[in-house]
Amino acid sequence: MSTEPKTQVTPEPEQEQPAPIEKAQPVRRPMAAADWLPTVKTTLAAIVLALLIGAVLIAFSSRDVIESLPYFFSYPWDFFSRAADAIGTSYWALVTGSVGSAHAVGTTLVRSAPLICAGLGVTLAFRAGLFNIGAQGQLILGALAAGYVGFTWDLPPGLHLLVALAAGILGGALWGGIAGVLKARTGAHEVITTIMLNYLAAAVLIYALGKNAFQRPGSDNTQSPPVFDSATFPTIGNLHLGVVVAFLAAGLVWWILNRSTLGFELRAVGANPDASRTAGMNVPAVYTTAMVVAGGLAGLAATMGILGHHDSLSPTMAGSIGFDAITVALLGRATPLGTVLAGLLFGALSVGGVAMQASAASTPKELTEVLQALIVLFVAAPALIQGMLRMKSTDENKTVMAKGWGG
Amino acid sequence: MKLEIRGLTKRFGSFTANDQIDLTIEPGEIHCLLGENGAGKSTLMNMLYGLLDPTEGELLIDGEPVKFASPGDAIAAGIGMVHQHFMLIPVFTVAENVMLGREQTRGLGFLNRAAAAKLVRELSTTYRLAVDPDALVEEIPVGVQQRVEIIKALANHAKVLILDEPTAVLTPQEIDELMGIMRELKKQGTSIIFITHKLREVKAIGDRISVIRRGKVVGTADPSASEAELAEMMVGRSVKLTVDKTAPQVGAPVLEVKDVTVVDPRGVQVVKDVSFEARAGEVLGIAGVQGNGQTELIKSLLGLVKPDAGEITIDGKDIRKHGPRESLAEGIGYIPEDRSHDGYVGAFSVRENLVLDLYRNEEFSRGLALKLDALEQNAAQRIEEFDIRTESMESAVSSLSGGNQQKVVVAREFSRPLKVLIASQPTRGVDVGSIEFIHKRIIAERDKGTAVVIVSTELDEIFALSDRIAVMYDGRIVGTVTPDIAREDIGLMMAGAHGPAEAAEATA
Repeated sequence: MSTEPKTQVTPEPEQEQPAPIEKAQPVRRPMAAADWLPTVKTTLAAIVLALLIGAVLIAFSSRDVIESLPYFFSYPWDFFSRAADAIGTSYWALVTGSVGSAHAVGTTLVRSAPLICAGLGVTLAFRAGLFNIGAQGQLILGALAAGYVGFTWDLPPGLHLLVALAAGILGGALWGGIAGVLKARTGAHEVITTIMLNYLAAAVLIYALGKNAFQRPGSDNTQSPPVFDSATFPTIGNLHLGVVVAFLAAGLVWWILNRSTLGFELRAVGANPDASRTAGMNVPAVYTTAMVVAGGLAGLAATMGILGHHDSLSPTMAGSIGFDAITVALLGRATPLGTVLAGLLFGALSVGGVAMQASAASTPKELTEVLQALIVLFVAAPALIQGMLRMKSTDENKTVMAKGWGG
Repeated sequence: MKLEIRGLTKRFGSFTANDQIDLTIEPGEIHCLLGENGAGKSTLMNMLYGLLDPTEGELLIDGEPVKFASPGDAIAAGIGMVHQHFMLIPVFTVAENVMLGREQTRGLGFLNRAAAAKLVRELSTTYRLAVDPDALVEEIPVGVQQRVEIIKALANHAKVLILDEPTAVLTPQEIDELMGIMRELKKQGTSIIFITHKLREVKAIGDRISVIRRGKVVGTADPSASEAELAEMMVGRSVKLTVDKTAPQVGAPVLEVKDVTVVDPRGVQVVKDVSFEARAGEVLGIAGVQGNGQTELIKSLLGLVKPDAGEITIDGKDIRKHGPRESLAEGIGYIPEDRSHDGYVGAFSVRENLVLDLYRNEEFSRGLALKLDALEQNAAQRIEEFDIRTESMESAVSSLSGGNQQKVVVAREFSRPLKVLIASQPTRGVDVGSIEFIHKRIIAERDKGTAVVIVSTELDEIFALSDRIAVMYDGRIVGTVTPDIAREDIGLMMAGAHGPAEAAEATA
């Protein structure tokens, strides 16, 4: 992906030896390091830069450091030692809190799973040229469906889980499909429709929670009962099976995108809808399919909380997972592997943030959100990083991203 | 004004786009710059016009070294440029377009339109460039729009005029008129740098010809040099300018089009009652100036737009209601007019583009799963068969040269059995070597018994390939002729004179 024109000269095959006339079998080579290395480098650089800026913020949010400021010029050592101490303590807490023990790793994985699933939904839509802002709404509908099946129906264990899981995926797929059909049939821009469907989903959730069918018995709060045990993911320690499902989903999305005819169509339509149409692809059908699958993945994300955590439905249950998913997909450069790694990073930051607040430096856990935002900011502006670090410029923006308003 | 280019070099990274170019443009000379696409003509002109900074070398005007930081500097120094794609504002009048950027005002910021119109009138009489200063640019023909561009340059007191592929969009008659204008400008002392890859034009108008190949001036020739010699200099080897073909073995009609009418989204009838038949083993050429309904006609044949009236049949089967997928399945091969827009997915690899409309075939997929090995074998085979120059089959098609991109499209369309091949501008923006190759393949396809329909605005291409020629003007087929018709006659038909007989009368 370097802009430098190719200069390597293929060595001439040795003429002396009688060249074997066998036809070179096409060999599937793994992606060359030159292809992904620049991306990895900029992403790592973005993370490091964000941590540096975060360090400054940590220093200035520490009471000890602030107290040393008035006499900074007479005794600067105090300031520096206290700042280093605060930064060290905070970041150490961040690391140990997120990956420092088996328990911490488990918590991180559980926290990452919904981010990964919803992020995959955004990634998949991206590749079809669609900017899916609607993971949040799709997730809420998935949660409603999975929750309803989970705490209303009475089914044998195992089967109950599968049905609830399917219901969650279907709920999300339905909500995503609405935006897909609108795009395919009327050309309505998916950014607008998915944002509006997010509001609609939030309203549907509030409405449903007001109905008897979703009410927790004997409670006046807008909160549903938790799902039956028969509908929950089996657990090992603090891990639940949903985490495995999330990783399987990532593998499936990778396979769809890179190895299937559907993915071929998705990527072709995402990169050039006109040529795809001329080649006989049904572009509206591809848009609809992409949004249905993307919605299904967001619905799967919802089951992580509902079926994995015994979460009950409430107006705040979805948090901001659906929006964080967009960030995760962006940071992951709209590839399944990237999305998994970005989801793990964000999960770790969010788990580690709690430990950071509990540490001696008592750094506010909001700092991790600032870190997330900074990382994404740097990734979104690679030229900025390359300028700051004097890295050689790269063509990495080749990754197919959704077209903004043109589409 | 004498313009000298000395040792001008432009490097992008380690790639040298222009290598030690030396050229001298004498006052009042028409200097032709001949070269294939990608030879470095545009880079050179962009340096002359202040759009690019030279890496090495210098420019001299009347012996004085000059440096252009922006097109503004170049214009001030007396260099004018008419781009291939006009830089005009369609909803403005000719005079408004000419004064754009250097508006004259009468106090308080009121535009002095009268002065602008007067300037246009003066220039048009001095240089015999007939234009109406008060006409809206969107309402005047392309040839006249080009004159407006020339007037714009002259209004800036251009002494050296760069014309970048000026004939690409013109009818043969308009080309003649342009040549008249160029001679007039030359008489008045303006030098012209005329960039083209059309050998005929170079010989007709040039005083001197410089040939650029791979960023270097490989030679200067006299207009008396033969076309074959010029082509050889341009490509670096001898090329065949004609296509070897035997008499066609014409079979039964395959594609029959009857009274097809297409109305575009604005409600304008762009194709009007068009009827023709394409017969097995024969090449039907559809000639016409760009924008006379050819684009919409062939889109309706594939089903990309639905005809509003008429019938389209293949082997007697009605395909009027078919979408592209059904039409392709019916045995239509389709090479679109604008390959980067409709022909390939630039971000996709060569391997993927070679199956863009074939991936559903049993050969390349089973159920949802793509057969990667089959895809790769197919790519290796096509790359070899069609001599596609690419670093590997995994290279993105957008990184290939225009000729090789077109070969990818052609290779793909030729890799399944066809009943009808529809090729629009099959060699636009393609180098001479690839043109030769693509033409040969098209004739080979004809000889296999495929009905071939070629749409082209290049008369040379139409004459080289066609066994019959239908001429389109204003959405209609104004006549069908044989390739032995005189160029002037077909030119008149393209310009709207009905029928070959009337065309012949008009020339008489």
